[in-house]
Amino acid sequence: MPTLSEIFAVHPRDGGWAGFLLAQVATGKPLLWVQDRMAILESGRVHPPGLPSQDLVHVEARDARDALWAMEEGVRCSCLAAVIGEIWGDPRALDFTATRRLAVASERSGTPCWLVRLGGTANLSGARMRWRIASAPSLANALDPRAPGAPTWDAELFRARGSPTGRWSVTREADRFHLVAEPRDRALGEVERLSA
Amino acid sequence: MPSLAIERWAKSSDLAPDAPVALTVEGPHGLLIHAVTKAAAERGARPGTRLTDARALDPALIAVPADPEGDAALVQRLAGWAGRWSPLVEVDGDGLRLDVSGVAHLFGGERELTRDVRKRFGALGLTTQTAIAPTAAAAWALARFNPSPPEGEGDSAKLSGVRGLGADRPGRTPSPYPLPQGERDLLEQLAPLHVSALRLDPDTVRTLERLGLKTIGALLNVPRLALARRFRGAEDVVDALDRMLGRKPEPLTAAPVDPPPRAALRLEEPATHPEAASQALERLVPMLVGELEQRRLGARRLSLTGYRVDGSVGVASVATAIPSREPKHLLRLLADKTAALNPEFGFDAFALIADWTENLGAAQDSLVEEPSGERELARLVDRLTVKLGPRAVRRPQRHESHLPERASGWVGAISSSPQFRGEVARVARRRGPSTSFAGPPPLQMQGRVHPQRLLDRAEAIHVIYATPEGVPRRFMWRHAVHDIARVEGPERIAPEWWRQPSSARLRDYYRVEDAEGRRYWIYREGLIGDGRGGVPNWFIHGLFG
Repeated sequence: MPTLSEIFAVHPRDGGWAGFLLAQVATGKPLLWVQDRMAILESGRVHPPGLPSQDLVHVEARDARDALWAMEEGVRCSCLAAVIGEIWGDPRALDFTATRRLAVASERSGTPCWLVRLGGTANLSGARMRWRIASAPSLANALDPRAPGAPTWDAELFRARGSPTGRWSVTREADRFHLVAEPRDRALGEVERLSA
Repeated sequence: MPSLAIERWAKSSDLAPDAPVALTVEGPHGLLIHAVTKAAAERGARPGTRLTDARALDPALIAVPADPEGDAALVQRLAGWAGRWSPLVEVDGDGLRLDVSGVAHLFGGERELTRDVRKRFGALGLTTQTAIAPTAAAAWALARFNPSPPEGEGDSAKLSGVRGLGADRPGRTPSPYPLPQGERDLLEQLAPLHVSALRLDPDTVRTLERLGLKTIGALLNVPRLALARRFRGAEDVVDALDRMLGRKPEPLTAAPVDPPPRAALRLEEPATHPEAASQALERLVPMLVGELEQRRLGARRLSLTGYRVDGSVGVASVATAIPSREPKHLLRLLADKTAALNPEFGFDAFALIADWTENLGAAQDSLVEEPSGERELARLVDRLTVKLGPRAVRRPQRHESHLPERASGWVGAISSSPQFRGEVARVARRRGPSTSFAGPPPLQMQGRVHPQRLLDRAEAIHVIYATPEGVPRRFMWRHAVHDIARVEGPERIAPEWWRQPSSARLRDYYRVEDAEGRRYWIYREGLIGDGRGGVPNWFIHGLFG
């Protein structure tokens, strides 16, 4: 069920959430990626060659208000694979009403919407799922023991409607877009089910 | 343009309106009078005479320097404003020329049109002399040399209209084969005019006067052959006559091959309320869409022009990513920009023009109102661009380069359209509804792993070396220390010698992971002892997801 999910980057200069998010975005349709100006300054601009798909519309918004407006316009459109919006800090424009509008629009049009909060606090929100993502030391690289291997994230789902919350260590295999939980973890495949 | 100059000056000065004032320009032998007020004219000052001569007649004459550039700028502005009557307006020296073929009926006939023109210019405080004639030259002559000018005495802003004789040939001004009836009427009007109305140079005019040929009528009685033999080259009298009578096309008037689709709305009363433009838009868009449909065009750029009473115009224009003629979409695009148009003293006319169009077939999209993905995306891009500006909404564009910041170029989502549209269409065609299509292949040059995020400018980091040539043990970026736990690299990118200066240094990129698992893309610029600078610096360029 596509809906609004909120991702908090545990540290604003940790780009790990992007890998976690992109692994769950369907390809084939264009992506709308909205960044407000502070997010670009603080943690960099989207780099299309590093993304799984080049089909992308990038919006550089002046502030959170413009970013939220652009996201809402995008979410209403069913021609997009997903709408990703990065917002820096805790702007006043980002309140419960704004997130609730995004959630409703997303559920109506069937376009998943990801609200990424960089350097923000988890205040009141209408998002159906709220994640806290941090990078974790990667898996061992089979070819070069000194090099980083498959990326790993420490993903905490701290609020979810209709599904249990929890904390997982998530790894993404090299070229595939599915996620596996660590064997020790209580719910193997929990994340696939949630993101499906 | 004597009257325009003096009227423009009178509007901005605080002298009494009946003061004898002369506007002057620099002449070869001192100041020349350029324009005079009515009071000064009564006391003997004439445009073209020397200021000293005029002062001898009336010592109280006040001299003010003229401002020809300002006058010309005003004429240019008025030309834009005159677009309310006809789409084709040309500045012709001190006057305006409008191609009004097929336009006059919109204003209730040619007589009404000239009255409207005179009234509106009069409201601006400018006197005009107007004439409508089948050829540009005849209109020019009638506007300037008509023995019974409709607006009292004195020179004034001239406005000449041009009417095509063939009423079924809109957009083409001088008909090469005028109807005999029309030509006879025209001849009757032109015959009493002085020969200088032919726009000949002064020497030719003097020669003609000496020969006793003072009016056009007299000139027409002379056999063509004799005239042609006597006046050759630059002083071609026959040519001027032919142009005036429409026997020869007037090359000055440039008629557009295909005038852009246009819808116009005139208001009875000037509207000053802020919603005026939006309300006009709601009526204009369906009119324009009707025309677009008829011509099977789609608008790429639209502009709404609001004509204000004070002779200025307000313009709101938008562009679209793919040609469109859907009223709802166009209305929505223009609505925001239109609402920002300030009526100031009031709008009294509007024109909506699609100044950039592309062919768009008449195919029906679907039975239900559900636009296809490509069109829906284009509309989204339009809306975003209108609100946020073309620089804020962009799509990636690949460049043949190994430098990461150059390889990932961006291009405005609207301007890129033709090429990008093709690409999207191709992708859409390849993509079946049931198969899971993985999108275009990622740009991976020689198996390079790119980060998901790139800093706009690579930022210098402070590093602690393990060895001068190797990887640093830790680095400091934005006051935070990162211990490097794992590293992959280097990946060497040589400078692009064909476009960078010879002092540019190579880059050795490393993928590093710090103790907390965050992955960064850092590089060392240059090598020790490469002869292109001192100790190499380290930079951070990207963040991995």
